[in-house]
Amino acid sequence: MISRPLKPISGVAAPLPGSNIDTDVIMPKQFLKTINRENLANGAFHDLRFDEAGKPRPDFVLNQSGYDQTVILVTGPNFGCGSSREHAVWGLMQLGIRAIIGSGYGGIFFDNAMKNGLLLVTLDEADVAVLLRTISNPATAQIDIDLGAQEIIGRDGFARRFQMNPYQKDLLQSGQDHIDRTLDALGDIKAFQLDRLTQFPWLTFNADAGTAPSL
Amino acid sequence: MSPPESRPTTLYQKLSHQNTVKQIDAEHVLLYIDLHILNEYTSPQAFSGIRSAGRSVFCPEAALAIVDHVNPTRDTAVDDMQDKQAAEQIRYLTKNCAEFGIEMFGLGDPRRGIEHVVAPEQGFIQPGMVVACGDSHTTTYGAFGALGFGIGTSDVEHVLCTQTVVYKLLKNMKVEISGKLSAGATSKDLIMAVIAEVGAAGAVGQAIEFGGEAIKNLSMAGRMTLCNMAMECGARAALIAPDQKTLDYLKGRPRSPSQKTFQRASNYWRSLASDAGAEFDRVVMIDASDVPPLVTFGTSPDQSVAIDARIPDPSSARTQKERDSLISALAYMDLTPGTLMTDIRVDHVFIGSCTNSRLEDLRDVARVVNGRRVADGVRALIVPGSQEVKRRAEAEGLAKTFTDAGFEWRHSGCSMCLAMNDDVLPPGARCASSTNRNFEGRQGRGARTHLMSPAMAAAAAINGKLTDIRRLGAVR
Repeated sequence: MISRPLKPISGVAAPLPGSNIDTDVIMPKQFLKTINRENLANGAFHDLRFDEAGKPRPDFVLNQSGYDQTVILVTGPNFGCGSSREHAVWGLMQLGIRAIIGSGYGGIFFDNAMKNGLLLVTLDEADVAVLLRTISNPATAQIDIDLGAQEIIGRDGFARRFQMNPYQKDLLQSGQDHIDRTLDALGDIKAFQLDRLTQFPWLTFNADAGTAPSL
Repeated sequence: MSPPESRPTTLYQKLSHQNTVKQIDAEHVLLYIDLHILNEYTSPQAFSGIRSAGRSVFCPEAALAIVDHVNPTRDTAVDDMQDKQAAEQIRYLTKNCAEFGIEMFGLGDPRRGIEHVVAPEQGFIQPGMVVACGDSHTTTYGAFGALGFGIGTSDVEHVLCTQTVVYKLLKNMKVEISGKLSAGATSKDLIMAVIAEVGAAGAVGQAIEFGGEAIKNLSMAGRMTLCNMAMECGARAALIAPDQKTLDYLKGRPRSPSQKTFQRASNYWRSLASDAGAEFDRVVMIDASDVPPLVTFGTSPDQSVAIDARIPDPSSARTQKERDSLISALAYMDLTPGTLMTDIRVDHVFIGSCTNSRLEDLRDVARVVNGRRVADGVRALIVPGSQEVKRRAEAEGLAKTFTDAGFEWRHSGCSMCLAMNDDVLPPGARCASSTNRNFEGRQGRGARTHLMSPAMAAAAAINGKLTDIRRLGAVR
């Protein structure tokens, strides 16, 4: 998909300290039956945000005063585990979330986020715990993330550097289309494919189609 | 590219290296995809993206599309899609496959079913392949010594356009399972034990290779269950080195290599194994004979205990985080610490999913069900993994055993595992399920899921409560 260069991220961060918040919870099944990427903001954390009657649940952080303009989530371990549904990332972004800070993420969710320009920052669990305390008060929940310097600045003197893979950082900063970048290597891919199918001819697609018995 | 000669390498390293088109940086490679499997719910936006960018599908012959997530499974409903959104997803996949020249097993195709059941069944999955699919349980294919992994929709588009993914190399984890399974325990219990041992995030960033006596003794179906659910401890890949069982399974399947090339392929397949002395970043040892039938009590697949145990007390948790997780899980599940698992009543039973819906699973279920009745007040569904499994189960008489006992017998599909079709649990329902995820709301908003083996789910259907299969008799 076409992405855009990542702009500086600055705004209110909301705490979601639970472990293993899965993509079923981030984007429940009833929002997956679509053939486009739109209108998913309502689905993000739907069952946590709304009760059965569709009323906002006051116990959910994003419904609480001071967190209604949240742009950053600070999360517990293994956020985004489970299903591969990219709808989870689309929905979070449509809800206004631009970055997530946590101690670890589900692998597919991480890839999906990076492809869409949703910045996922990984910090040590101890640092996340400090940050969670700081932002538990909306008055000190403002965070600035500088991708160039790989630095997070919170309130109460919170400042941490974070690690970022250079290839992914470059993709986020340049906003270059992922597929365009790979298509630059199309010659290499074609050569590789030819070699592979020569060495392992049975991998040739449908080489034997029609010759084998049906089950 | 050839691997460094000097160092012994793992099977995962061999497979990822073998399909590396080029190195991108220290962590990433451009990885060639031998087979791309598509479904109706994670592919539509990828095809739309291709159209809007004016691109084409690079190698449509290397893709296979299967409808499985949204289709109804009731007899009357399959041809009459009341769900217009689901019908639109199927219509769009059909159009995309026709337009781009991709083979598709649609609802009218006798080969259709759950993608991770159908692809192996038809012989598409072969050792040494790299397979990508927009579904997290693509790890299933590791049962064949194929590197299978789930991808999101952006990567589905990327694979369609380039036949590659930008791939982050994983670390190597070995799970060595020695000993023999005890009576009543299955491969489902083995993988649930692994998940409980390493935790829901314990294998994030890792490829698990399963080995040991217990793995050798597993059937291909059992191995598929194991690799399928390795995803639930975060593993992005799971592998079992091919052996004679693998070769026997592949022989004569519609898309397996023909007789002409089978021997040559077999020689290569037999060579696929980790070298002696290959280094793993982590090794986990489990004795299969110690693994009892397990049941989850919480909302994460790592929250399981033996069926004859009690609900754990959060106050005995080792860390505050674990305590918080347990408290929130038990609140959602409406369970009290100290309750015997076998005292938990269920009102629904679901037997199906890419984890456990193969013929062997259904035979296990039939052994439990034979001559018994589903308990009053329990609604029990069996959804076979494919139409082929359905036909065979009917031919063997299994289906009659099920319907005689009061089970609903359905057409194939993902169905109530993730409840994207109309097989949805009502709020407050409690379900014994042979599936892979007990997440909050997974099978229906406010519904509660207990994961277990198919035989254990069948036993729960008979007794109307979670049941120790070892006390029911008729254990294989």
